[in-house]
Amino acid sequence: MTESVRTPSGLLLPRYERPLGVHPELLSPEYRSTVLRAPSKPLVLLPHNLTEITGPLLGSDRISETDNDLTRQHDGEPVGQRIIVHGRVLDSDGRPVPDTLLEIWQANASGRYKHVVDDWPGPLDPNFTGVGRTVTDSLGRYRFTTVRPGAYPWKNHHNAWRPAHIHFSLFGRAFTQRLVTQMYFPDDPLHQYDPMLITVRDEKARNRLISRFDMETTEPEWALAYEFDIVLRGSDATPMEDPHDDDDE
Amino acid sequence: MTTTSERLGLTPSQTVGPYLSIGLTWEDGPYVVPEDTPGSILVTGRVYDGQGQLVTDGLVETWQADPDGRFAHADDPRGAVESQLPGFRGFGRCNTDADGSFRIVTVKPGPLPTPDGDTEAPHLNVSVFARGLLDRVVTRLYFPDEAEANAADPVLNAVDPDRRATLIAEATPDGYHLEIRLQGENETVFFDV
Ligand SMILES: [Fe+2]
Repeated sequence: MTESVRTPSGLLLPRYERPLGVHPELLSPEYRSTVLRAPSKPLVLLPHNLTEITGPLLGSDRISETDNDLTRQHDGEPVGQRIIVHGRVLDSDGRPVPDTLLEIWQANASGRYKHVVDDWPGPLDPNFTGVGRTVTDSLGRYRFTTVRPGAYPWKNHHNAWRPAHIHFSLFGRAFTQRLVTQMYFPDDPLHQYDPMLITVRDEKARNRLISRFDMETTEPEWALAYEFDIVLRGSDATPMEDPHDDDDE
Repeated sequence: MTTTSERLGLTPSQTVGPYLSIGLTWEDGPYVVPEDTPGSILVTGRVYDGQGQLVTDGLVETWQADPDGRFAHADDPRGAVESQLPGFRGFGRCNTDADGSFRIVTVKPGPLPTPDGDTEAPHLNVSVFARGLLDRVVTRLYFPDEAEANAADPVLNAVDPDRRATLIAEATPDGYHLEIRLQGENETVFFDV
């Protein structure tokens, strides 16, 4: 199966999987802001050439010591349920994605963001900024300590509430793998009413945005824990590896 | 070891929402190269919605080769090559501000070979994130002073000729400017990556 692929230029590039039916349609009118912002013309297929199969490899030089512990970034501790959020970053072939930057942001325990535009009457917490960064280890693992964010109201429709969530941003190792998403919590009654979560139409895919309560990782008399694995697009060929290995099915 | 052909399901995208700036703002974001790099250019742009309103709560990211057309990245089969330019990062990030504009300090990238034996004209890959975008949208910035290279670029040539101009920046006194129209008249060409 390892065919020697000849290209006119002799350049052999990995080809990344093209997601089908996973990501939301850009125009999803129940999320009102999409109506004037989603492109109306069909997207043009971009081949996976050099600019696409490479990407910024941003690592530990961007991280300081308390960046992965959102409860230790101020003089005092933030109010709320202390939690550990951890998991692995993998590609769809199951390979870990090591040394990749993860950025998160979230509301505080009362559902308020430390942002000028957020002015609903949930109290700010002087001990919580809600921003975290870390880099995956050699096995693609990451870990944050934070407080569980509260739900918050928004103006999408009458009495709209966002379920509790944490925003995640990831680079992977290629431009094609860039992903921004949101992690949700299990057993949240607001999921079914959330115009953003339900824009992921496929139920299995939607469930991949919901973290798992992880009793094993909880810390006695300290913190609850949730596990959230993130899967980025895989590629069919990594030209560097695979001498001829015959594992005929 | 047999590798199962069963793939893991991908994690779906969700919007950055209106509060992205708390999580994604980098003080050095706009600097693809250090500010005092000789020959650096300023790439500016503005983002508009379908009614021509400025998008003031978005984020623009750029990714590009260095001036020699190289990447410090092991997946480039020509080899990972550290740029000759000290401090070259290849990556830029800038929030859109109150007038919908962003700015990136960079250098013009070199042309790139493709597997098909073509040559891509110098370009930046540009991602736009914003409230109301459930996934990033991706476009490219090409340079107006590269007419010959642009005419041979396979990606530009795959775009409807009437819409190609949306991918070509305008020259300014200190660099280039690109208007990004998410929707409607003169809608920017966006790519399926
Ligand atoms: Fe949010």
